[in-house]
Amino acid sequence: MITYLLRRLAGLIPMLLGITLVSFIVIHLAPGDPAQFMTSLNPKASEKARERFIKMYDLDKPIVEQYFLWLKKFVRFDFGDSFSQDRKPVLQKILERLPITIYLNVAALILIFIVAIPMGVLSAYYHNSILDRVVTVFVFVGFAVPSFWLALLCMYYFGVVLGVLPISGIYSYGFSELGLIGKMVDVIRHTLLPVILSVFGSLAALSRFTRNSMLDVLHEEYIEAAKARGIPERIIIFKHALRNALLPVITILGLSIPGLIGGSVIFETIFSIPGMGQLFYQSVMMRDYPVIMGILVIGAILTLVGNLLADIMYGMADPRIRYEKK
Amino acid sequence: MGWQILVLDMKKNNIFLSLRLNLFLYVGILIVFFFFIIAIFAPFISTHDPTSINLQELFLPPSMDHFFGTDELGRDVFSRVIYGTRVSLFVGFVAVGISVFVGLIIGLLGGFFRGYVDNILMRFVDIMLCFPSFFLILAVIAFLKPSISNVMIVIGLTSWMGVARLVRAETLSVGSRDFVTAAKLQGLSTIKILVKYILPNVISPVFVSAILGISAAIITESSLSFLGLGVQPPTPSWGNILMSGKENIMFAWWLSLFPGSSIFITVLGYNLLGEGLRDMIDPKTR
Repeated sequence: MITYLLRRLAGLIPMLLGITLVSFIVIHLAPGDPAQFMTSLNPKASEKARERFIKMYDLDKPIVEQYFLWLKKFVRFDFGDSFSQDRKPVLQKILERLPITIYLNVAALILIFIVAIPMGVLSAYYHNSILDRVVTVFVFVGFAVPSFWLALLCMYYFGVVLGVLPISGIYSYGFSELGLIGKMVDVIRHTLLPVILSVFGSLAALSRFTRNSMLDVLHEEYIEAAKARGIPERIIIFKHALRNALLPVITILGLSIPGLIGGSVIFETIFSIPGMGQLFYQSVMMRDYPVIMGILVIGAILTLVGNLLADIMYGMADPRIRYEKK
Repeated sequence: MGWQILVLDMKKNNIFLSLRLNLFLYVGILIVFFFFIIAIFAPFISTHDPTSINLQELFLPPSMDHFFGTDELGRDVFSRVIYGTRVSLFVGFVAVGISVFVGLIIGLLGGFFRGYVDNILMRFVDIMLCFPSFFLILAVIAFLKPSISNVMIVIGLTSWMGVARLVRAETLSVGSRDFVTAAKLQGLSTIKILVKYILPNVISPVFVSAILGISAAIITESSLSFLGLGVQPPTPSWGNILMSGKENIMFAWWLSLFPGSSIFITVLGYNLLGEGLRDMIDPKTR
């Protein structure tokens, strides 16, 4: 297991280098015209902002040197200072916002895991029953509904018509006076809708995938063999089949992480949640390039970490992967 | 339910399944065709000028004169949704065109040359997949400017990775077949082999993923426009109508309901069409 882990970790290095390269290319998309650095909030700062931008990314130096200087900043997570009024270091700004985004995404992943997989297993088990068809319809609807639209409808219904859930922010007025449990309930109430909605699309994909994976496994010979040995059906399904069917599901779960993180821009903006996604949106609107670059890079690294965790889970679930020689 | 029944179930369902899948396909075709007609004949279907402002008629609810009501500038929402169909479909098709083009080239090269070429190209795919694509799109849009052409290009250039992997896998298996070896022995040029012998054999799964890609591109475009970073008003797009729907969610539900359902139905149509075609081409997926 340890050699497996080390191999996975070594594999991250070229990926990280690639991430620096792609983000370096993105910096070079910056407009050459200072006027385009203008933001509606601070129209006079355009020339100055451009100068700072050039200095920050060493754009006046030869291109190879530029890249190595960027690489040096990258490994130290030095993204410079924000262009906005507060001039805070970018890393600090991001770290302030990151916990909420991670909390939302981890909650979403857990929810996907505990809802989508049973849904997929059941619909494979009761293949082509009414239940399977209902799930299939749900899957198609889930794939097609634009989640931000669903968010609007839910905001309107739960927040305006029923008035049972708060529709913006993550704390109520007077949050600091609540006890620990009161605080937890308050945060959960505020984040219930965003989490459920960001899960919605992935739920469809993952339950579909689990179903198909399960159906494939149920055709395998070792399942027939287990049946022939008279092992109870329940044990075959949940012990023999499920474990093997889940393997590709873990990979897909890992692959859905960038989608979830990317989606946080939309949900945090809609529900005014002060996380990294909202910061990203605000920075894009204000052309705060250092923050944009910082979040782009951190987002990619989070994905990388998520994929690594998925790989580790895969290795734990499947001994063949662990001992495979390469 | 016993095992025998489960197995029986799978056998007898083949006929039933093919019927159901055809139904998917037909409904998909119908929806896709319907929105094509709307896009083509938009000037004849719309009842008002989609951009004409009428300050006397702000936030009118749906009525016989304004089927979908009016927005914050008194513009007719029905006409804006109709014209928005053009924008969404146009963006969807061009973006997918770009992503298929890039994906095909990278996949064909990787699968055909194998070795280090393949290795480098596939690592590049992995790296691109690391970036949350919406982050990458927004970052690029922030550096460039939000406009229809930029949105199409950026969506295209950030969504080709799936196609590339698909094409590579197909090319790997087709490339080792005898007719390709024969073509190589005949001394045909690499480009000729790729285009004449390999491309036709890998294109059908690409076609399916392109159709599914159109729905993804439509959703991405509308999310961008919804955030104000895609198609810019006054040009109507389903996403930017929804943006004003969000701002006025408290009292003008029609601004959210109609453009949102248009996205939903269109995307559903392309998904049904894509899935239906997939099952037709490749029956083993059920």
